[in-house]
Amino acid sequence: MANFMASVHVLLRPGIADPQGQTIERALPALGYEGVSEVRVGKVIEFNLEATDETEAASKIGGMCEGLLANPVIESYTWDLTSVSVDAARGGT
Amino acid sequence: MSQTETVHRDLGLTDDEFNAICDRLGREPSYTELAMFSVMWSEHCSYKSSRVHLKTLPTQGERILVGPGEGAGIIEVADGVAVAWKIESHNHPSFVEPFNGAATGVGGIVRDILSMGARPIALMDPLRFGPLDDARTRYVVDGVVHGISSYGNSIGVPTVGGEAVFEDCYAENPLVNVACLGIVDTKLMHGRAEVPGQVAILFGSSTGRDGIGGASVLASAEFDQDSLEKRPSVQVGDPFSEKLLIECSLELIRGGLVASFQDLGAGGISCPTSEMTAKGGTGIRIDLDEVHRREPNMEPFEVMISESQERMLAVVDAADVAEVLAVCGKWGVEARPLGEITKTGKVEVSAGGKLVADVPSLALAEEGPVYERPIERPRWLADINAAPSGDEPPEHYGRTFIRMVSSPQLASKRWIWEQYDHMIFLGTVLGPGGDAAVIRLPGTETAVAISTDGPGRLCMLDPYEGARHAVAESARNVATVGARPTAITNCLNFGSPERAEVMWQFSEVVRGISDACRDLNTPVTGGNVSFYNETNSRPIYPTPVIGMLGILGDPAAAVGIGFQDEGDAIVLLGTTELGDFGGSEYGKIINGAIGGVPPHLDMDSERALHEVLVTGGHGGLFKSAHDLSGGGLAVALAECSFASQRGFSVQVGGTEPYRALYSETPSRALVSCPQAAVDEVLALAGHGGVAAEVIGAVAGDMCDFSVFAVTLEEARSAWEGGLSDHLSATMGPDGD
Amino acid sequence: MTARVGIVVFPGSNCELDCRRSFERLGATTEFVWHDDRELPDSDIVVLPGGFAHGDYLRTGALARFSPIMNAVVRHADAGKLLIGICNGFQVLCEAGLLPGALRKNEGLKFLCKWTELSVEVPGTPFTTRAERHQRLRIPINHFEGNWYAEPDTLERMRADDQIVFRYVRNPNGSLDGVAGISNERGNVLGLMPHPERACEALLGSEDGAVIIGSMLDHVMNMQPSPAAV
Repeated sequence: MANFMASVHVLLRPGIADPQGQTIERALPALGYEGVSEVRVGKVIEFNLEATDETEAASKIGGMCEGLLANPVIESYTWDLTSVSVDAARGGT
Repeated sequence: MSQTETVHRDLGLTDDEFNAICDRLGREPSYTELAMFSVMWSEHCSYKSSRVHLKTLPTQGERILVGPGEGAGIIEVADGVAVAWKIESHNHPSFVEPFNGAATGVGGIVRDILSMGARPIALMDPLRFGPLDDARTRYVVDGVVHGISSYGNSIGVPTVGGEAVFEDCYAENPLVNVACLGIVDTKLMHGRAEVPGQVAILFGSSTGRDGIGGASVLASAEFDQDSLEKRPSVQVGDPFSEKLLIECSLELIRGGLVASFQDLGAGGISCPTSEMTAKGGTGIRIDLDEVHRREPNMEPFEVMISESQERMLAVVDAADVAEVLAVCGKWGVEARPLGEITKTGKVEVSAGGKLVADVPSLALAEEGPVYERPIERPRWLADINAAPSGDEPPEHYGRTFIRMVSSPQLASKRWIWEQYDHMIFLGTVLGPGGDAAVIRLPGTETAVAISTDGPGRLCMLDPYEGARHAVAESARNVATVGARPTAITNCLNFGSPERAEVMWQFSEVVRGISDACRDLNTPVTGGNVSFYNETNSRPIYPTPVIGMLGILGDPAAAVGIGFQDEGDAIVLLGTTELGDFGGSEYGKIINGAIGGVPPHLDMDSERALHEVLVTGGHGGLFKSAHDLSGGGLAVALAECSFASQRGFSVQVGGTEPYRALYSETPSRALVSCPQAAVDEVLALAGHGGVAAEVIGAVAGDMCDFSVFAVTLEEARSAWEGGLSDHLSATMGPDGD
Repeated sequence: MTARVGIVVFPGSNCELDCRRSFERLGATTEFVWHDDRELPDSDIVVLPGGFAHGDYLRTGALARFSPIMNAVVRHADAGKLLIGICNGFQVLCEAGLLPGALRKNEGLKFLCKWTELSVEVPGTPFTTRAERHQRLRIPINHFEGNWYAEPDTLERMRADDQIVFRYVRNPNGSLDGVAGISNERGNVLGLMPHPERACEALLGSEDGAVIIGSMLDHVMNMQPSPAAV
């Protein structure tokens, strides 16, 4: 079994209004930051994961995202996987 | 075991206090013991600067079942129906981290109510901030309101009223006071551990490093430049845990499983372990290894003083332990036996198999220092009393009126209270926006009224008189909805007690509250003192916030604020002195003046007015009622009109009409009634010794004062936007 | 013979007592059902009440759908019996796939507790037998995430199938198409953000909630076999 660190980013799907993002976008110029656009607000979910290999880990994460971590009606997700196994054969992703 | 000489100072203890501890123990304290003393002997926990004054407050009354000294005061409001009522402050944490400071303030007061075996059923939030033109203030307002909303709504307790006051003195010292009403569920609990052999069970959230030194460090020292670095000390609340704690606790009590009960707040585990045994004449032996933790490698002293939220301590018979743990397990609430009640009179704490603290419980809980701090009347007081009160005619009556109703101080607070669930429990007969909230007690057909008031500016001008006004105004607010003023809880917010002027203000305020409560027969059931509300040596105004509880009885008897029907007569009760502008809203808003003296308050007139309001309310004589306060007659009329969107037409007399419109004489109210009932109303007032005059009628869609008029639409729109226009739809600091 | 109502209680639910009171005032008998149970008691109607089930962690309603009782709730709905999700309950039903769409944060990014006016778009459902088309109902909302969203083609289909049962007269939270309450295709499952149980008493501001609750009870009573003639 190998150990992985997973990091899942969940955002509202493109096309879904993001009022939090819009509010931040409006507030930043007031602090002197111009040229900021397309602000999106989401959440990050990090965890350790055991799997036989990277492929299985990826498959598990995909299932978790579809089944629980994101709501596919309004959210999209991306994820990163980093190996932390002591196995010599795998380095970082 | 002794540490370096200044460790006690880092913990907030003076050299004298440290020596007193050594004398009491007959040795130097261990670090754990020192930490326990530092929180139990802190201002917040021991009331060392305030005790000598507070003991002069009247606390007895035929309806008072439990007075000060327990988790909350208990008042009998009907046969077999008792309520808990208390107010608390969370001022300093709310400046450092507004969202969590306010949220955990709600959590704390709710647990106080819960510790008495009462289900929390209503909250009120009297809030005080600096002026809204400052960005930091807007950030604090947003965070505080969001925090109260998030926590209160999630635990399912309605927030039914409160205040929002904006004054320069609170700019860097906002005041977040929260009051909670509860109904005793099945059995009234107490906090006395009386029987050796009983088991103390700690349940609730896990213990981390939250608020380490919160009591000693934050609440007992003023702010300075370093304050923002104290951020890690602020507690973070989890309302979901609190909701589970409420249901779990009530189920335990319903099952007869709890002998005595106390919540954990300031001072953490040190507090109930010492207070419950001190009150019960017992001791306790606890093992810190049994405390469920969320952080590794915590030192014993950290475990003893951590202020992690959402925790309670139940003392139970040994035979009931298994069942208690089972109930907690059902609710998903972590629970472990922490230790045993003993006969030793000492709090014995072990960790890792070693005894780390061994202190008499009385020494911690009741033998803290008692200070008679020096008091001195402020030298600036005479100057401010002689300064102008803003008693000047307006340049333009109509524009002045719009300025008054649209100022944040007087404008609609809907932006705030629409964020609070004010309806859950199906008991809110009158909710936010009126003089007092009226709550029908669940499972009964009886209702009570609650209100909070704290006229800081008047107390600055004259602490004794200002305090009398505070009590009178809160009593008047509950009388206005038809309820009989019965008892108070008070939150006393002041600057540093090490300042002789502040202690003078404190002693005068307590004297004023005492006298007023005796005059109005509304004893003090308990409360809270918050000192050190000052930054860079500028203290806040002395601000006693009085939470009044009144008994209404039949919920349908509640009288609302809004005018009802076209043609109804508007009657002004009480006498107006035309020069009462000292500390007035007109003086400050229109003329930038805060000088003068508070208006004269005659308690006999005040009491007489309450009688008329309560009698007339119950007799169904009034279609609406509203007392006069900030902004005087003009603003009161506007508020009655805006509430139900009905215009009015009144005659305002005098050669200088602004006096009749904006003078802030106390002991007055507006009632409306059908024309056919006018004689009866006047007769009721006359027999009650209260002046009464028909000043006009509910009519049309104008605010018509005869000397000037504006459309209801323009005025109401200005009032609706007065606060919300300053606070845009920003994301709260904890946007999720 | 009265309608039997099962009210599911999740850890963090808080409107169950109010639901009990209002349903019982209108003549039903109620029973609380703990989320950990695997079976429902014999129920004509199941209610998922308002509150903050499981702390609203991750997303509102996201974790509640995994509670053991939900299997029984799904079977109850599959059998054609009445299921109503109020506020948090509506969120749970959407997460559980029993109703289409999802609830997002209010457009104004603030919690809203206020009276609203609803328009009855589809009379004659089991939840609106007592109502007429476009009848106005005064019922309060109390939420931070009441902003309903669905894909455009889902919305079109639902409109055509009379699944949009209630709309706001003045949209308070940006909800797509002003949607306040929807039903499933079969018409026996309803989710709505407003709280009808809070509008069953004139003393508290409105009795219009009784139109919805009363309709449900009527529907159940009408489904009962007639008493045997004596």
